[in-house]
Amino acid sequence: MINPFNIGDVVPIRDGFGKALIELGHKNEKIFVLDADLSKSTRSNWFAEKFPNRFIECGIAEQNMIDVAAGLSLMGKIPFTTTYGVFVAGRAFDQIRNTICFSNLNVKIIGSHGGLSVGADGGSHQAIEDIALMNLLPNMKVFSPVDANEAFQIIIKASDIVGPVFVRLAREATEILIRKDFEFQVGRWEKLSEGNDAYLLFHGTIGAEVMKATKILLEKKIEVTVINCSSIKPFDKKMLNEIPSSKPIFIIEEHLEAGGLGSIISTYYSQNSPRKLELINIGDRFGESGSPTELYQKFGFTSEILAERIRASLTDN
Amino acid sequence: MKNFIELENIAKQIRRKTLEIIFNAGSGHPGGSLSSVDIGTSLFFYLMNHDPNNPNWKDRDRFILSKGHAAPLLYVILQMSGYFPENWLSTFRKINSPLQGHPNSLKCPGIEVSTGSLGQGLSIACGMALSLKKDNMKSIVYTLHGDGELNEGQIWEAVMFAAHYKLNNLIAFIDKNDLQIDGSTDEVMSMKSIEEKFSAFNWNVLTCDGHSITDIVNKTIEAKKSIKPSVIIAKTIKGKGVSFMENVAGWHGKSPSKIELQLALEELE
Ligand SMILES: Cc1ncc(C[n+]2csc(CCOP(=O)(O)OP(=O)(O)O)c2C)c(N)n1
Ligand SMILES: [Mg+2]
Repeated sequence: MINPFNIGDVVPIRDGFGKALIELGHKNEKIFVLDADLSKSTRSNWFAEKFPNRFIECGIAEQNMIDVAAGLSLMGKIPFTTTYGVFVAGRAFDQIRNTICFSNLNVKIIGSHGGLSVGADGGSHQAIEDIALMNLLPNMKVFSPVDANEAFQIIIKASDIVGPVFVRLAREATEILIRKDFEFQVGRWEKLSEGNDAYLLFHGTIGAEVMKATKILLEKKIEVTVINCSSIKPFDKKMLNEIPSSKPIFIIEEHLEAGGLGSIISTYYSQNSPRKLELINIGDRFGESGSPTELYQKFGFTSEILAERIRASLTDN
Repeated sequence: MKNFIELENIAKQIRRKTLEIIFNAGSGHPGGSLSSVDIGTSLFFYLMNHDPNNPNWKDRDRFILSKGHAAPLLYVILQMSGYFPENWLSTFRKINSPLQGHPNSLKCPGIEVSTGSLGQGLSIACGMALSLKKDNMKSIVYTLHGDGELNEGQIWEAVMFAAHYKLNNLIAFIDKNDLQIDGSTDEVMSMKSIEEKFSAFNWNVLTCDGHSITDIVNKTIEAKKSIKPSVIIAKTIKGKGVSFMENVAGWHGKSPSKIELQLALEELE
């Protein structure tokens, strides 16, 4: 299915999500969408306008929403639940663990406003541990798209998967990096650029900064391979095995160090072909208020800071 | 259709078997299983449309054991209904058994959804009942909750939801045995009137004697006529049927000894 946006456009990732839901709504009458009083922020309101009979407003009651979705899935429906990631991955963790995953139910959980992108709302609203919590769970699949095109793909793909899926979305509009004809595949990562000096692995909308950083690095004659690790569970073992063990690897994510992509890859390599990794993440602290750009500055995620950190690390070695 | 004397005999047999499988396992939850026996019997052997030979029959009524710790009761009922052979019962709580300590829908036929973490069944039932309405299907969704379970905030989220969406195809039973683990429901977290709380949320509220099959059946038939979701608050006795277990919080989650089992079975002759 052709993705809706052109490379270079600047689009909020939730627009890809919103469009995918409408697409699915037309194609499949089993698709239901549930929201917890945030449908305007999550873009599930687009679906609600088109398919009011299959949109379930759940009010500010996330735990109930997850289990209502469980009930719908038991009756053969394909429910997509949406709210901010921070209000579902933690607050409804037991419902996701003991009902959705334990019974392997066909419920999709879309955690919007992941990472630092919600900005000014501050640390209480920034999901920076969502990947860790969801990745922990047996039967769960975890995806973190880089842009609105990939979000579109992932949502369409999620509807075909029978079983629980968690998708992390972000708030800020970011540059479209994914081609119109790109097709997302579960457990497969995509190279966004090729180079021999280092490997940069990331997930989520931070990819836009990472790609900008590659341009700065190129000016300094450093050529890097960038890999979009949007399929976090399952992850792409084949691609990890293909990275030569002599090459420096940087893993960049808007997530706590504990339990994020860096930690997942560290565990994998430590049991297979140990190698030195540099993990670039939020560390072990909460977020705070500020514009997303200011936060990227403060937490070390702007393209300039990323490029400098990578350059310094490569020249030190 | 079975008459009420037959149902009472079935209930007595269920009590015996429930204690036997808990004894055989060496652990489990007798108190809250015994208090729910007559509700379970009325549902599975009289009220509900279901087909043990075709557990996934799409027009069946649904039952969710939200108080999943009453698993031994559910297993005995499912077995006596014909969902699986009798020899499974001796595997309860043992390695590789389909009869897990709490109901697991992936391992045992007749279980709609896994439970064990309290407070979730009503929400799941809401999703099912809503789906049935969207599809114009006539099945009823039944749930069974403990009174202690009502401490969970999520229950009240679901109570709001069911009333808002007018889910009159949902009937929730509360096993009001006035006990939970740490003591009486009054001591642990006093709720005062459960009736008034459900009424305030715009539910159809009924009460019954939870050990009178006639009363349970009549109130359920009445509930089915409601235009609102219904709750049937069933006054019960925790440990019902075994004198030394009745109204004793300590029998919530422990297996009887061999002698205690013997005494209990004599009382249930
Ligand atoms: C979420 C959750 N918290 C705690 C428990 C442990 N637990 C199991 S049974 C129980 C008491 C339940 O009391 P009640 O609901 O009144 O059940 P009944 O008296 O019918 O056995 C508790 C606290 C649990 N299973 N789930
Ligand atoms: Mg109780």
